[in-house]
Amino acid sequence: MRYVDEYRDADRVRRLADAVLAEATRPVTLMEVCGGQTHTILASGIQQLLTERVELLHGPGCPICVTPLETLDLALALTELPDVTVCSFGDMLRVPGSHGDLSAARARGGDVRVVYAPLDAARLAACEPDRRVVFLAVGFETTVPAVAAAARWARDRGLCNFFLLVSHVRVPPALELIASDPERRIQAFLAAGHVCTVMGTAEYQPIAATHDMPIVVTGFEPVDILQGVLMAVRQIERGEAQVSIQYRRAVRDEGNPAARALIDEVFEATDRPWRGIGIIQQGGLGLRQEYASLDAQQLIPTDALPQPEEPERCRASEVLQGRMRPPECPEFGRGCRPEQPLGAPMVSSEGACAAYFAYRIGDVEDEIASQDPAREAQA
Amino acid sequence: MCLAVPGQVSEIDSREGLAEAVVDFGGVRKRVCLEGLPEARVGDWVLVHAGFALQQLDEAAAEELLGWLSDPEQPAP
Ligand code: SF4
Repeated sequence: MRYVDEYRDADRVRRLADAVLAEATRPVTLMEVCGGQTHTILASGIQQLLTERVELLHGPGCPICVTPLETLDLALALTELPDVTVCSFGDMLRVPGSHGDLSAARARGGDVRVVYAPLDAARLAACEPDRRVVFLAVGFETTVPAVAAAARWARDRGLCNFFLLVSHVRVPPALELIASDPERRIQAFLAAGHVCTVMGTAEYQPIAATHDMPIVVTGFEPVDILQGVLMAVRQIERGEAQVSIQYRRAVRDEGNPAARALIDEVFEATDRPWRGIGIIQQGGLGLRQEYASLDAQQLIPTDALPQPEEPERCRASEVLQGRMRPPECPEFGRGCRPEQPLGAPMVSSEGACAAYFAYRIGDVEDEIASQDPAREAQA
Repeated sequence: MCLAVPGQVSEIDSREGLAEAVVDFGGVRKRVCLEGLPEARVGDWVLVHAGFALQQLDEAAAEELLGWLSDPEQPAP
């Protein structure tokens, strides 16, 4: 595909990795923020190319992984109401709530539908006026404009049966939290390209300046990641701490002003719990007063919900903040596997645990073989 | 989840008070919301996420990076 395949070319990847190793005079540790980037790194063996000289730690950028248990429990409770349809992106269906997941709710007869675009859910509400249609609005700033467009469209048409269960999260406050960690090991961030496609770079300037950390807005293909690493290494070598853009073909300094205006019309920054991390100040987006009638929380009394129960053995908190690599979790590949996940990072295709498992990184290989020879033969 | 895919606008087709386009993704055509890129025209390359066009691709920036990477004589960008 154009604008994709060229950025996966093995020769270009190797040249860039060589350039990084030639220019890094001492070991560095970087964090890529986005789960999509984590996947590229593991799928294309970038860490191996960079050797231990340049260590990549994986950040919290998996929206599915950080969606709070309370939100999932609320979505599950909504599926039990007779006239409610819950629409969700496909990746949410197998994320465990306190008691089961959305795909199990569907098997029990709940009306759960997978949509590709938030507007599809709004259109469904327009076509089925007798049902209340709830869209499970998760995702970073990348996803919010699409949801805002659906919200505005529904409101402009006077739809009374379209609702949003909002759990949107904002990246900069999470980076601020990680950068402020007194035991921080990382020297630079590779920021999430598509978040900045929408938001631009302004919010990242104070983080770079306050914490003396280069931030390179980076794309998702192997060539992008390695060029991002090279740009970060050069800044570290020169003692600089700037916000710079590797992903020029998709990111402008100002982001996309029309998309940002759409977000601002519908949403405002709010404190938000991140699953595995806790409440992050201003770490989410909630509906503005003008759009409060779309809030799905009003459909169910919150005191009717179960007390959220997080599996104690899951170490997602450390994994999401780059303090622990997935194979270091005692449950990895043992009590926790994609077909029977303990935590969200093992479910979402972008979760770091799922990525390590999929690419057989860490000592999971022997575990898999010893537990299930058929699976190993398949792979 | 923040996956976004490049495609080429093949038709502008707004209706029901919504700016929309048909975008071609290597032969697969889909309706895409253009509320974030009202100035997009047929032939433009756009980056699409969750049925919403996030941004126009800067083709010159794309070529610049690839140009360097194809020419072993040049220093790293
Ligand atoms: S491997 Fe499983 S239990 Fe361990 S941190 Fe990852 S999701 Fe949680």
